[in-house]
Amino acid sequence: MTNAWTDIKNTDLVVVMGGNAAEAHPCGFKWVTEAKAHRGAKLIVVDPRYTRTASVSDFYAPIRQGSDIAFLNGVMKYCIDNGRVQWDYMKAFTNASYIVKDGFGYKDGLFTGYNEEKRDYDRSTWDYVIGEDGFAVTDPTLEHPRCVWNLLKEHLAPYTPELVEQVCGTPKDKFLKVAEMISECSTPTKTMTSMYALGWTQHSKGSQNIRAMAMLQLILGNIGVRGGGMNALRGHSNIQGLTDLGLMSHLLTGYLTMPSEKDTDFETYMSTRQFKPLRPGQTSYWQNYRKFMVSFQKAMWGDAATAENGWAFNYLPKLDVPAYDVLRMFELMNNGKVNGYICQGFNPILAFPNRTKVTSSLSKLKFMVTMDPLETETARFWENHGDFNDVDTASIQTEVFQLPSTCFAEEDGSLTNSGRWLQWHWQASSPPGEAKHDSWIVAQIFLRMRALYAKEGGAFPDPILNLSWEYEDENEPTAEELAKEINGRALSDVMDPTDPTKVLVAAGKQVVNFSQLKDDGSTMSGCWIYSGCWNEQGNNMGRRDNHDPDETGAYLGWTFAWPLNRRTLYNRASADINGKPWDPTRKLLEWDGAKWTGYDVPDIAPTAKPQDVGPFIMNQEGVSRLFVRGMMRDGPFPAHMEPFESPVENVFNRKMRGNPVARVFASDAAQLGTSAEFPYAATSYRLTEHFHYWTKHNRVNSALQPEFFVEISEELAAEKNIAHGGWVRVWSKRGSVKAKAVVTKRIRPLICDGKPVHIVGIPLHWGFTGSAKKGFGPNSLAAFVGDANIETPESKAFLVNIEPSTAPKDKEVNV
Amino acid sequence: MNMDLSRRSFLKLAGAGVAATSLGAMGFSEAEAAEVAHVRAFKLATTTETRQTCPYCSVACGIIIYSKGDVRKGDKAEVVHIEGDVDHPTNRGTLCPKGAALKDFVKSPTRLLYPMHRKPGSDKFERMSWDEALDRIARLMKDDRDANLLLKNEKGLDVNRWTTTGMLAASATSNETAWATFKFAKSIGIVGFDNQARV
Repeated sequence: MTNAWTDIKNTDLVVVMGGNAAEAHPCGFKWVTEAKAHRGAKLIVVDPRYTRTASVSDFYAPIRQGSDIAFLNGVMKYCIDNGRVQWDYMKAFTNASYIVKDGFGYKDGLFTGYNEEKRDYDRSTWDYVIGEDGFAVTDPTLEHPRCVWNLLKEHLAPYTPELVEQVCGTPKDKFLKVAEMISECSTPTKTMTSMYALGWTQHSKGSQNIRAMAMLQLILGNIGVRGGGMNALRGHSNIQGLTDLGLMSHLLTGYLTMPSEKDTDFETYMSTRQFKPLRPGQTSYWQNYRKFMVSFQKAMWGDAATAENGWAFNYLPKLDVPAYDVLRMFELMNNGKVNGYICQGFNPILAFPNRTKVTSSLSKLKFMVTMDPLETETARFWENHGDFNDVDTASIQTEVFQLPSTCFAEEDGSLTNSGRWLQWHWQASSPPGEAKHDSWIVAQIFLRMRALYAKEGGAFPDPILNLSWEYEDENEPTAEELAKEINGRALSDVMDPTDPTKVLVAAGKQVVNFSQLKDDGSTMSGCWIYSGCWNEQGNNMGRRDNHDPDETGAYLGWTFAWPLNRRTLYNRASADINGKPWDPTRKLLEWDGAKWTGYDVPDIAPTAKPQDVGPFIMNQEGVSRLFVRGMMRDGPFPAHMEPFESPVENVFNRKMRGNPVARVFASDAAQLGTSAEFPYAATSYRLTEHFHYWTKHNRVNSALQPEFFVEISEELAAEKNIAHGGWVRVWSKRGSVKAKAVVTKRIRPLICDGKPVHIVGIPLHWGFTGSAKKGFGPNSLAAFVGDANIETPESKAFLVNIEPSTAPKDKEVNV
Repeated sequence: MNMDLSRRSFLKLAGAGVAATSLGAMGFSEAEAAEVAHVRAFKLATTTETRQTCPYCSVACGIIIYSKGDVRKGDKAEVVHIEGDVDHPTNRGTLCPKGAALKDFVKSPTRLLYPMHRKPGSDKFERMSWDEALDRIARLMKDDRDANLLLKNEKGLDVNRWTTTGMLAASATSNETAWATFKFAKSIGIVGFDNQARV
């Protein structure tokens, strides 16, 4: 989230699209109710289903899953055509005026440079014209035919209300009503917020879905302001934290990136991470990359990371592919190329698409380790449960270790919520049985491996033997020790840059925040963006001052938000080019002639003059990007693409399937179904009574929603002779499930590209362990293909067939 | 933390005040005093209150856990009640159907208690000691790493890449656990490393 949950009360219009906050994030959604009740805010829901969020909305419009870009591009076009643009914001704070290279274009659903064989674009023309001074060329009048603004208008031209209806199935009048309501937020005193979740990410073009809304928000001037923003409602309590901390194949901490094979040494790695400003005087904050990277390497390898050895750069693994993401790993596993796998609090048997393939993959492992507080289907993937897990146990040669871990109530530590608040929690109870903290388990495996390497030697033991592991009890690092390491400290005296005789941070002291980090090895910090979380003032994540001066919703004294306790990202954009708030009643920051003042921690230097320095400090341009250059694999503008399994063809290019640059492994391509065989468009979602596959272990939640079901319309039920409450079989090219049918008015058939499209809704909370009845998940059916930029599986749009059936059978037990 | 005067201690004080003043002042008879004395004390007054956050979605509602026993004093502590934290700016004491049933998660009958081991081809889990499990895992991992760590690529460049063992990290663990996990996984060269954000 760019903003916080508590900031939603400041909005005038909430658009929930690609999510269902009332059910999946109920207590956060209360701030929507607050805005409606006390500000007169309106709520729009655009979703294939009439959800509980829709039930309290002011306007609901149906949409076919996987067609969001067409809808959002249509709204953008509507706003521009009708002059509903916050012109001063757009001109000052976006790259609308930047001139794009000749050669870039878009035709037949494809951008310039497409190579069908490689399933990739040559992105060399997707860039700015750079002048002789080394800066991007701009035309602030927006008259140049090759400026971003004019190219955007050209790109959006086909997205008429008629095309939106044809592609999305949203009736034209409903689309126009939504577009009109959204366009009203183009004035400086009306603000819209976007609340989205997995409904946008789980698509083969998920990144572009989000980008389209971000662009709309920029055109309307809704980024950086109170009640605005792009608000990703994260799915787990610390999915934000684990991503911030770089627990991903392609990341290091704080969005530093993993080196590739092209990064032959530290200087080569740094050479592509210089981030020189593209416009004069801009912050381009990533220019500090070296400070954060060196401090990170020092946090990892301490004294073994020196200037002479390139800060132990060779200790880091180097990638030969963009990422060893989970789809790639399970493809390798299924091909017999992975021997061991650790699942820490993760249940891939229910979380990853094409369960048959996931089971087959795990069956080829030599060993698997799970760490969980609860039973999981993954730990027992080898166990036969009749229809619910039909495996041949004896033939599965995987050795499995199921390690019991503690749950939240039994540990200290911080979790990062969607609004980037790092909130500390304290241990309340003792672990049951022999359950242990995850940090203890990880430490034990590490220490035992390290001992084996010390004793026996082995393959490149240096990064293991030299890993910094300086804890009072090395067997169990405490949360406090680890948090302090994340924050960072001075390793030797850090001198004041303005007065070299003065010590800024004495050796051994915590740095106050990342502004004190150095690139000379004198500081360490595990994760620069978290620096400030535990400094010499103490544990800022444990702060509990809930005062809120002038009731802005900022709560600066409550816990700690990254970066630097900032509550709204890009907050400088809440004021105009001269530093005056766009909306004086919703002031966030204001330039007082000498410095920025207000309710939040400014995201630009406190004395940076408003006319000189742009608000988007992480970008080389200093402004936001309506045109994203070559930074995304599937296009600098969002373009309509169908899901890989779609009930209709792509109207821009009827031969094109899915995202033209998304990676598809050959065996998975063979397992994609067609609409002739699988006519119905399926989607997956959560229910408010359950959290993933955890709460089926709780008796209360299992009683509230005991049994797996699928939802279909009355029309489809009549067509297929399916009774409400009767058993159905739902199957795709990859698998088959049995469920109770819920026949509902909440789902209605849509007319897309001239034909009716029926939607099958599949909730995701059942398996074969726990207190609830045994059932299945939508992942048994979903396709094994991911987003072109980040490889998030397309779990929200796939094709199925459905028929009346009988109850599934459990394994017969002979007692 | 503004826990100095918690609800629990406030209730205790209030309760003591009532007993000391009203009994005498209102001239209770012995029978009435006995009746008052046998009214059960407020259940939560004897528990330890701990500030926590809900582990489910990313709203991260504030909760208060009431436990019998205090882990900070070395007691074996058991959760007896969980409720919303009224001081928390986001949820202000409210909880959803998932959060309201959190105690059932902590005390679920399917909580794991012991390390378990499944032999290749076996149809059951068997108990294993922590030491045996951890030693065996470390051995399996080291053997696989020694056999398959790719030290150099075709061009002779250091790549230190271990693709034959992978790891999924839990996005319900704390940041601190995550940092320990990160150090472990990246330092041993694991590249097939993701958390729930990927899916």
